[in-house]
Order: sequence, then structure tokens, then C-alpha cells
Amino acid sequence: MSNPELALLVAVPILASTLPIVGGLKFDSIGWPVAALAALVEAALAVVVARRVATEGRYVHSLGNYPREYGIELVADGFSAVVVLLIAVVTLAVLGYARRDGPRSNPFYTAYLLLCGGLMGIGLTGDVFNMFVFLEIVGLATYALVATDRSGRSALAALKYLIVGTAGASMYLVGVGFAFVATGTLNMAELATAIPDTVGYTDPLVVASFAFVAVGLSVKAAIFPLHTWMPDAYAESPDTVTAYISALVSTLGAYALARLVYSVYTPAFFEAVPLAGDALVAFATTSIVAGSVLAVIQPDVKRMLAYSSVAQFGMIVAAFGLGTEQALLGGVIHLVGHGLMKAGLFLAVGVIASAYGVRTVREYANLGYRSPVTAAAMGLSLLGLVGIPPSVGFLGKWYIAWGAIEAGAPVVAGVVLFSTLLTLLYVARLLETLYFRPPEAVEGAVPGSDARLLSDGGDGREAGSAGTDEPTAADEPTAGASETPPTEARPVPFEAVFVVAALSIAAVALGFAGPVFEGFLDPFLEAVL
Amino acid sequence: MTAAAPSPSVALLAERTLPLALEVLSTRYAYATFAILFAIGLYMMIASPNLVKKIIGLNLFQSAIFLFFVAMAYVRGGSVPVIPTEGGAVGEYASPLPQVIVLTAIVVGVSLTAVALALIVRLYTEYGTLNEATIREVMDE
Repeated sequence: MSNPELALLVAVPILASTLPIVGGLKFDSIGWPVAALAALVEAALAVVVARRVATEGRYVHSLGNYPREYGIELVADGFSAVVVLLIAVVTLAVLGYARRDGPRSNPFYTAYLLLCGGLMGIGLTGDVFNMFVFLEIVGLATYALVATDRSGRSALAALKYLIVGTAGASMYLVGVGFAFVATGTLNMAELATAIPDTVGYTDPLVVASFAFVAVGLSVKAAIFPLHTWMPDAYAESPDTVTAYISALVSTLGAYALARLVYSVYTPAFFEAVPLAGDALVAFATTSIVAGSVLAVIQPDVKRMLAYSSVAQFGMIVAAFGLGTEQALLGGVIHLVGHGLMKAGLFLAVGVIASAYGVRTVREYANLGYRSPVTAAAMGLSLLGLVGIPPSVGFLGKWYIAWGAIEAGAPVVAGVVLFSTLLTLLYVARLLETLYFRPPEAVEGAVPGSDARLLSDGGDGREAGSAGTDEPTAADEPTAGASETPPTEARPVPFEAVFVVAALSIAAVALGFAGPVFEGFLDPFLEAVL
Repeated sequence: MTAAAPSPSVALLAERTLPLALEVLSTRYAYATFAILFAIGLYMMIASPNLVKKIIGLNLFQSAIFLFFVAMAYVRGGSVPVIPTEGGAVGEYASPLPQVIVLTAIVVGVSLTAVALALIVRLYTEYGTLNEATIREVMDE
């Protein structure tokens, strides 16, 4: 079975990733055009794959035409098509942002394309060992990207991520080894039938293999208490990188977990070993609470959003662990919705940081009137994160809560609702600061109480005086840690604002796409449940 | 707590588990080594404050996994999994698939080590130390 578009989806970005380095010997800024071209090809291929999946369902490509007992298969079904589309869209969007806001170096685009190829590989592979290789390609590219800005802080964050992430991937490899010893095959479809046929679900080898795989992939999906790499990696990396990895890297970790749970161990394993599913749901539920609580207390916006990701991935993995049709559907929708919203949010943080140089919640005071478009887009995505109805965030949470009640786990539904309240708490804090807090009261905020609106694309001429903070600043407990604000806002490129706005509008628009998701994923859900 | 003689149940337990433990050690020593190295590597990664030693721990951890894969492919008295050019049966042979896996995993491990060491070099030039706690202290100041 030869369907080369699946192989091309993986091969194009990996081959293209060599060009920025080679071309960099002769041309200074060849990275972006090469990456943009590859991303456009990827988007076209992703649409082709999605259309074929929509019409004819699951189909495979055998690499080198080896039979699947020895060879490696690439598989496209509803779930992987959704993820592939998400990767293609986010890759294009972040590139649109990076055009003007950088990083501009050629090696950056090499790592970027390598990451894109690895992510596509995770999304498409039908072989558990091949999945490990792609996990490590994604890992390597991410570690390099986190450390792009060459500072000591980002190097330490990247090293921490490297150690934790490699330990996770190695645990996954041990799990794969156990499954291989038990069954003698590495193909996912073969494993799904070989596990019950040869050794049975309750065999210690199979249970241990599941435990290693689940722990290993939980590291990648940042499930509490294995999430510690995530806030550092997100907060210390450049904004462009944060947006890309927050939208995709952990998303594909959660995808891999779901893929292993449903296509290899199958829900029948959870029925035979109830402890496995219960433990997964219990850890994920803890993750929801811990992530939300930790997000509430963060002063730094990027860290706050990172902890929020811990909570959202907890929700997604809990949905996968519950194993009902509604919960699984909700998990997939929330995976996509979270990816789009977080990409938009981190890019908005990047726009604001590059314009005003502010990074903490307090310093965002009154920016809603200085950068109306960016702040409005940020507000839309934030409300989507809470789960206000016409947004994709609501859709995902709704299905997950519904699935939890259906599965007889009202605790999970309760935690989802409770975490919504906590999300509202930190979102409301940020929105209140953006729109209702006078900047004079905050040391380090961008002054500008004058009524003059600063359009995001315009040139930021500072009209307010910078010396308005003397009497009130004394009662504010900032301890004078924040630096003096830049007196002149730098102009923000149009592309960046456009991408931020487009992502938040897409997140809202997808909120109306519930029936589309349902129709598209129905064959997949029927096949695995 | 008096150091009394072991109670009968403990003695019974020892009597039952000791032969099993000895048997595992004598016939499955590769797997026992895997478990021990795995645990030592994990402990080094967590406990050592020295960044280079953390990476050595990571390598030990991965080597343990390589050992596991090679050990499971080994067949006592088996030959190398190369089919002679003239064809025909080769009798029992070691399973080639896990060995290919180990080769790939070694390549992955080497690249990871390279990236990790590059990051450590950058940290060392910036902070002049390999101790993680010291680096964090300097950072927070």
C-alpha cells in the first residue's frame, strides 16, 4: 500500500531542515523562506490527507513496502488527521509571527523544521518503536529551540527539560521493550490483537509495559507531578518558541498516550486491569487541580499560562483515561482547542513584550487601551480557556464533563468545573489588569493615562509622562524589583497582530464546529471503542 | 525494639524467596543488572547536583535499557542473524530486531548527550560552575 503523501508529510520538513544550514553558508536570511515554503507544502499535504480520511476512512502507507510484521507503517485515521492539520496550521501561524519578530538565525529554522517533521511523525506512525524515535527527534529539536536565545537561564531550562524528557522517553522505550518481549511485534495494530491472543491483558509483563509507557508519556504531556520541566521551558524560551512548543509538543505527547492507550492496549485492557485506568485518571485529575492552583499564584504571565497548560493537559489525559465516547471526543477537541488558544496567547504575550517590554500581570495595567487588537484577541483566547460558551474551550470541557458523568466518575466532572472557577480567577485577574487598573498605581507598568489610543500597528509615540508613579507607587508591594519601563513603545509588526487575532478568532469559530468534529472522528471512535 | 530471633514467618519467607532470588541471579543476571543500573542511573540524575554527573547518570540509565534489549534478543548457542548467501537454514539465531533497536537508540543517546554537553558548556562559561544549586543561587540574585 503506497500512499506517498503520508511519507512526504514527515520527510519534507526533515529534508528541508538541512537547507537553512547549507544555504546559510551563502545567503544570510534563507531560513524563513525555506521554512515558509515547507510549511505551505505541509499544509497542502495535510489537507489532502484530511480529505482522504474524511471520504475513505483509515488508510496506511507501508514504508519500503515491507509487510507490517517487519516494516514500519504510517497510518492516517480521524485522530491523526486532526492532529496533522493542527500541526500544519500552527506551523504556518507561528512562522507568520516569526517573519518580523524573529528569531532570524538560520539554525533556528533548521530546528523549527526538524521539530515540525518529528511532530508529524508522532502523529502518523503506526509503530511503537518508530514513535520513540520521533519523540526523541521532537525532544532534541525542542531542547535546542528552548535555548535559542543563548542565555544561561534558557540553557538551564533546556537542560532540565532534556534530562526529564529523556528519562520519560527512555521509560517509554522500556515499556515498548516489555510489550515486545510479551508479543514479538512492534506494530500497533498487531500489538492490539497479539496482547490478548498471546499473553492476555493481566500478564505482569503487559501491565508493567503499560505502566512504563504511561509514566514515560505523562512526562511528555506534563502531568503533575512530572510537569516540572514545563514552566521553566516555557518561561525562559523566546516567545516565538514558547508559542510553538506550547501548542504542539505536549499536545503530541498527549496524542501519543491516547494512541497507545486506544490503539495498542485498547479499552479492553482497562476493563481487565481497572487499576491502570483509575490511576491514569487519578493522576490527571490531581494535575488539573495542581496546575490551576499554581497558575493562580504566578506573577509572570508566561509562567501562569504554562501552569494553566498543566491543568488543561490533566483534563485531556483524564478524558483519555475515562474511555467513553464523549470523553474521548472531548479530549481530542480540547487538545486542538488548547493548542490554538495557547499559541495565540503566547504570541500575544510576545507582541506585548516586544512592544512594551513588560512580562508580569501587574505591568499589564491599562494595556487594553494601548494595544486594543492584541488585548482583545488575548481576552478572547483567555475567555476560551475558561470555557465561555461560543468557544472551542467550552466545547471540549463540555464533552469531557459529559463523558465523565457517563463513565460514572462524577468526581472528574466536578474537578473540571472547579478548575473552570480557578481558571476564571487567574483569567479575570489578567483581564481586570488589562482594562480596569490605572497604570499609575503600578510601578513598572507602561504609563499612558492619556486618552490617546495606540493602534497596534502604528508607531508608538509616548505621550504620557513617565514620572506619574511617585505617590501611589509607595503603597504597592512590588519592592521596586521591576525595572523602569521603556518610555517609548516599539511599533509592532502587522503580521504578528494579524496572527494573534486570527488564532483567537479560529478558537472561537471552532466552538461552532462540534458536529464537524463528531462526524470526522466518528469512524475513529467506533474503531477503538 | 529488641533484636529478637527472626519470627517463623520471616524465616519461612526467606526460605521461599531465597532460592528464587538465587535462581534469578544465576540465570537472569542480565535482567537483574538492567534493574540495578536503571535505578542507579535514575538516582544519579535526581540526586547529583553536578550537571555533568547528571548526564553520566542519564547515559547509565540508557545503557541499562540497551542491555535489556540485547539480553532479551540473546539465544544461548544461537548464531548471528545473518542468512548465508547460499541460503538454507541457519538453525537458532539471535533476534535481529532488538539489536537494530539498540543501534538506533544508541544514536539517539549520543545526539542527546552532545546537546546536553553543549548546554553545559554554555552554562559553565556563563556561571563558572557545574553545580546546579550554585547556578540557581546566582540566577536568583
